[in-house]
Amino acid sequence: MTPLAEELLVTFVKIVIVVGALLGGFSVMTWVERRSLAFMQYRLGPNRTGPFGILQPIADGIKLFFKEEVMPVAANKWTFLAAPVVAVATALLATAVIPYGPPFEAFGRTLQIQIADIEVGLLFIFAVTALGVYGVVLAGWAANNKYSLLGGLRSSAQMFSYELALGFSWVTLILAARSFRINDIVDTQAGGFWHWNVVVHFPAFIVYFLAATAEVARIPFDLPEGESEIVAGFHTEYASMRFALIQMAEYINMITVTVLLANLFFGGWHSGVPGMPESLGGFPLGFVWWGLKVAFFLFVFIWLRGTLPRFRYDQLMQFGWKVLIPVAAVWVMTFAVLWVVVGGGPR
Amino acid sequence: MTAADYVFWVFATATVVSGAVVVFARSLIYSAFALLFTFFGVAGLYVLLGADFLAATQLLIYVGGILVLLLFGVMLTHRIYDLKLRTEKTQLGPGLIVAAGIFIIFANAALITEWPTVGREPAPTTKEIGRLFLGEYLLAFEAASVLLLVALIGAAMIVRRKKDA
Repeated sequence: MTPLAEELLVTFVKIVIVVGALLGGFSVMTWVERRSLAFMQYRLGPNRTGPFGILQPIADGIKLFFKEEVMPVAANKWTFLAAPVVAVATALLATAVIPYGPPFEAFGRTLQIQIADIEVGLLFIFAVTALGVYGVVLAGWAANNKYSLLGGLRSSAQMFSYELALGFSWVTLILAARSFRINDIVDTQAGGFWHWNVVVHFPAFIVYFLAATAEVARIPFDLPEGESEIVAGFHTEYASMRFALIQMAEYINMITVTVLLANLFFGGWHSGVPGMPESLGGFPLGFVWWGLKVAFFLFVFIWLRGTLPRFRYDQLMQFGWKVLIPVAAVWVMTFAVLWVVVGGGPR
Repeated sequence: MTAADYVFWVFATATVVSGAVVVFARSLIYSAFALLFTFFGVAGLYVLLGADFLAATQLLIYVGGILVLLLFGVMLTHRIYDLKLRTEKTQLGPGLIVAAGIFIIFANAALITEWPTVGREPAPTTKEIGRLFLGEYLLAFEAASVLLLVALIGAAMIVRRKKDA
């Protein structure tokens, strides 16, 4: 095989693995979420399909697949059809530059489950999450329904506002690593857990966590689908597989921000314990640490949903613009000064 | 032609054709949608030129920011399908002169610039851009920042609720 063909094959395999894992993760997450929420609310949740109800996602999939496709008469046909596709496409785009687990040796070469290791990784993610607004805006507008439009506007205003804080929270990490590459930022956190960015950049972590929750519209920031006010927001008119696509996009976005959280703030695949062996019998232990961190934070998102009430819309906007963004901006300046004066940064 | 050439032609065609749709579309909403593809095409061309930072910023600012705001405006417009945007006056002479002038400037710039085309290994550009912004072009950079700040303050002033109204 020529080097180019080999490179293409490796990339293709990686794409299959990542997309497959994300789709699998999406269906498992729906089950985990429904079950855990049920236990938190003293219910049982879906427990009939298969052992512990684990086959419920498959049943859901079959049901959605065979449901009637409904489109409002007044809808703008092409935009209505395109919106769920756009939502999933933008959600998947962001997953292309994220590293999933540590680099490892296999087949005589160093591999890493990351489709494209680009120099401006974080900037790319920032740009692509900004595109996520399109799926929402188009879906809300195309249905030609007032609730949908209101939901679409709400969502996009919210995503806009919190994107700024999200980007701001990354600035100090980029400064400290002197790189936009996610792998470089993970590697600055090697060694003990006190090197993790959650310790070094604690204010940035708080801002990121809140902004990311808002960005993926999870409780307490799920105003876009405030069912007591605007039915289901921008996806009110969507049914069957188109609805499933929109749900899929939301879960993929949630997995993306969680993986980023583990990678950027919690040391990624570094164990945080000095002297921990890199691998056990040839298996890189980094996958274990990384997987545990991601699983924990995915659970935290569900936990929040079982715990917190919803913000009011004006509170949401106030909080985003008047609290989160100033905190993030002040932290950027504080860190820059401290880094140069105390931490031995560039002069 | 190499693979990169084909990719170039795809992006170039997408940019030019969607640009034409932006100008000639009858309905404002289709112009706005076509603009999306124009911005994407330009971002693709940046990637082919090895300007990774610029491509990501193009997506972030034009596609993710400016165009969304435009779409907001378009979608909140009442009876958008019936809206005709064509001006009634057409001034062929002055229009041609302006267009020709702009074309000459752009064509000249495109011809005298030494483009880092695909054969070369793309070098990371982010650090160099940062250094130039805060070094050689600091004044221009700061001037642009002040301009944006002024625009922000102006926008806030215009939408402010008047006390005595």
